[in-house]
Amino acid sequence: MAEGRMRGSAAPNNLYFPLTLTLSLREREFSRQYHLKRELLKFAIFTILVLLLPLAAKEGYILNVLVFVGIHSILAIALNLLLGYAGQISLGHAGFFGLGAYISGVLTATHGQNPWLAMCYAAGAVGILAFVIGFPILKLKGHYLAMATLGLGIIIYILFNETVDLTGGPSGLSGIPNLTLGTLTFDNDLKNYYLVWTFTLVAILLAVNLANSRIGRALRAIHDSETAARLMGINARFLKVQVFALSALLCSVAGSLYAHVMTFVAPASFGFNFSVELVTMVIIGGLGSIYGSVLGAAILTLLPELLRAFQDYDIIIYGLILILMTMFLPGGLVSMAPVFMSLLRGRRKQPGGAHAEA
Amino acid sequence: MEFAQQLLQYLVSGFSTGAIYALIGLGFAIIYNATGIINFAQGEFVMLGGMLTLFFLNVARFGMIPSIILAILVATLCGVVFNRLAIKPLKKPSPLNLVIITIGGSILMRGLAMLIWDKDTHAVPAFSGSEPLDLAGATILPQHLWIFGITILAIAGNKFFFYYTISGRAMRACSYNSRAASLVGIAVERMVLFSFLLSSALGAVAGIIVAPLTMTSYDVGVMLGLKGFCAAIIGGMSSGIGTVLGGIILGILEALGAGLISSGYKDAIAFIILLLILFVRPQGLFRKAETERV
Amino acid sequence: MLKLKNINTYYGQVHALKTVSMHLNKGEIVTLIGANGAGKTTILNTISGITPPRDGEILFEGEGIVKLPPDRIVRRGVSQVPEGRQVFKPLSVEDNLELGAYLRYRSREGRGEIRKDLEKVYELFPRLLERRKQMAGTLSGGEQQMLAIGRALMAKPRLLLLDEPSMGLAPLVVQEIFRVLEMLRHEHGTTILLVEQNAKAALKLADRGYVLETGKVILEEVASELLENKEVQRAYLGRDKKEIWER
Repeated sequence: MAEGRMRGSAAPNNLYFPLTLTLSLREREFSRQYHLKRELLKFAIFTILVLLLPLAAKEGYILNVLVFVGIHSILAIALNLLLGYAGQISLGHAGFFGLGAYISGVLTATHGQNPWLAMCYAAGAVGILAFVIGFPILKLKGHYLAMATLGLGIIIYILFNETVDLTGGPSGLSGIPNLTLGTLTFDNDLKNYYLVWTFTLVAILLAVNLANSRIGRALRAIHDSETAARLMGINARFLKVQVFALSALLCSVAGSLYAHVMTFVAPASFGFNFSVELVTMVIIGGLGSIYGSVLGAAILTLLPELLRAFQDYDIIIYGLILILMTMFLPGGLVSMAPVFMSLLRGRRKQPGGAHAEA
Repeated sequence: MEFAQQLLQYLVSGFSTGAIYALIGLGFAIIYNATGIINFAQGEFVMLGGMLTLFFLNVARFGMIPSIILAILVATLCGVVFNRLAIKPLKKPSPLNLVIITIGGSILMRGLAMLIWDKDTHAVPAFSGSEPLDLAGATILPQHLWIFGITILAIAGNKFFFYYTISGRAMRACSYNSRAASLVGIAVERMVLFSFLLSSALGAVAGIIVAPLTMTSYDVGVMLGLKGFCAAIIGGMSSGIGTVLGGIILGILEALGAGLISSGYKDAIAFIILLLILFVRPQGLFRKAETERV
Repeated sequence: MLKLKNINTYYGQVHALKTVSMHLNKGEIVTLIGANGAGKTTILNTISGITPPRDGEILFEGEGIVKLPPDRIVRRGVSQVPEGRQVFKPLSVEDNLELGAYLRYRSREGRGEIRKDLEKVYELFPRLLERRKQMAGTLSGGEQQMLAIGRALMAKPRLLLLDEPSMGLAPLVVQEIFRVLEMLRHEHGTTILLVEQNAKAALKLADRGYVLETGKVILEEVASELLENKEVQRAYLGRDKKEIWER
């Protein structure tokens, strides 16, 4: 809680201070302009990095992993909007991810629907579902919210398994077509890489922009104290529900991408463990940090690949990460960044003077 | 006539799984009442109960009774260690931190169990044979009777502890008003530790008595834990009769659902009930109004 | 018996007690008076270990108790009757009283001894005996206050801290409670530190008094002197200037 408050008041100093793209800047102070530029710069650097990365990754295998880093980044960003900004936990986000994947899969593979349309249908359906269910579920707080979302995720998971006629049950659904754009078919890792990362970059822009908007500030207010936010005239419940729906919608899009990239979906990818993995990504990166979520997604996606020998035992490492991060680094990895930066700067300028900013 | 027999059969299995859920749910409620924490790792103690019993039986080659006792002791020790290492050091824990840390603990324990043992499902021998008995046309296994017996004993013991011993009453006092409790000399920290001890022991007992019926593996804790939580929610998080009834209701509904609708959706029933109760009556089915908790 | 030396206590950033020093002699009744927020309750909670001081020293019977957790301080013989009673509402009256003797049960003291003290509390407050099986939450305010005092007495304290025992109670009940406090001092030699809104009644009962203002002790005096002190009369005894002037 104390952290949240700090984040709220110290916003202009924040590393991940959000970017405003819209011209309707409400406050036109220099500091804002400065941070806007900084955010734009950050995004530009990140985009170039994303564009160039495939050149470094000669091996198709690494590229394949990077595709999943992209998909997981969208999911982590989506969850972070809810968890990091509104302070509401969800242990059922894998369910929304799965719904997106299955709706896309069933519509295209079974009914021959256009994949892009199917993606939109899925996103719409999941968004509406989340919106409707958001009202009763976000009335709950803390542990109860965690359990309710967990239950929701499990119900969805059971549906994937049991509606065999529709989903193919535990053995999965295959024959999902690749996405196409004109004559371009996204059928190899390189093409998929650029496809998925385009979506990821859009998601980053969206999230960063949202976080800086009035909605973002209202969300942080809710995070700090819901009662206080209410007194300030913020309709906390409705706002939370909207964010929940948006978050679910983003997950659904990621799910659709996943289905078309993999051309095959099975329930096992959308279980409780994956929901926990998503939460882990957000926590590792840092609550409320968009780029942190990308970092978290990258680490948790690459880690199992690096620890191939431990294949089955990676859950031990997740467990340890969750406990140790909560105990020793509750701000996530990005909370180390300012310290790191000031160390660098301090070395360059004068030793000792660097801490003034912190 | 046949339908009646079938129904009786469902009731028998419903009661026995319900009893298990009740024990696990009591564990949830005890920790919740003492600390306000929902311990997401609760299910892992259930797993530990079954797996440890098997370990002491097969690897260490102890008899049934010593194996069970050792399993309960070791699982309880794990609960205490978990509290000391992961929960107690937190300075200002928010609910979010606690959710994450107990989930982390649960994953860690599950992973370690997989590492120490394996990923297979194991059968655990029944306590006293598996010759089915006949009860008005329904079959009832001796293990069912063990489950009923031990659950009743555990619940009675629990009741006795909380109402008739000074430590139990001190724990209740703590859950109602921890500041006043510390002012009469009750060490609140100690009571929290005790609640972890008690609920991990209850969880282990549940895991041990159910293992011969359902088999056991490193990941049985997830589902059983969640069902136990459902039981506690139905019972309004009472560490008494409410949760027991909640468990039994859940067990029977599940058995009926599996028998009359489809066994695949059996698990979904618990979670649909969970959501409905959380949405409509978050105080539980039996509690009239929220009793004051300071 | 109890000595506070230069105690500083903070609530977060708020400096609640500013270099407070005070003492109680054995068998004394001392009262703390002061406006709301002056730090009276904080002093009691600091002594009890609930809000430990940032610095300073507290000696009880010559031994430092600053670093001890609340339960260990109770074990040393200091019991507090907290503000607003704070009885365990869903527990029975008798359970509440027995929990007062929690530490004595834990130290394996004979049940007979504890039982005897229970009877004594019932003698002091016969109304509790009538209601011993009732849930504490169903008692009236006055009965809850008696229960809270009884609960504290069950620990056999040598020093009893009371926080606003008369708050919200009918005058007759207040009289009864003050009568019991008087008796405790006479028959058991219990030392009492009393925080009261009702400064007049408290000063009549007490031997000495401390006046607190915004976290500081501004006056220490024999109780009868304080009763006569014009400033105190004006500020805390509800007698305004006009009345004094008219006299």
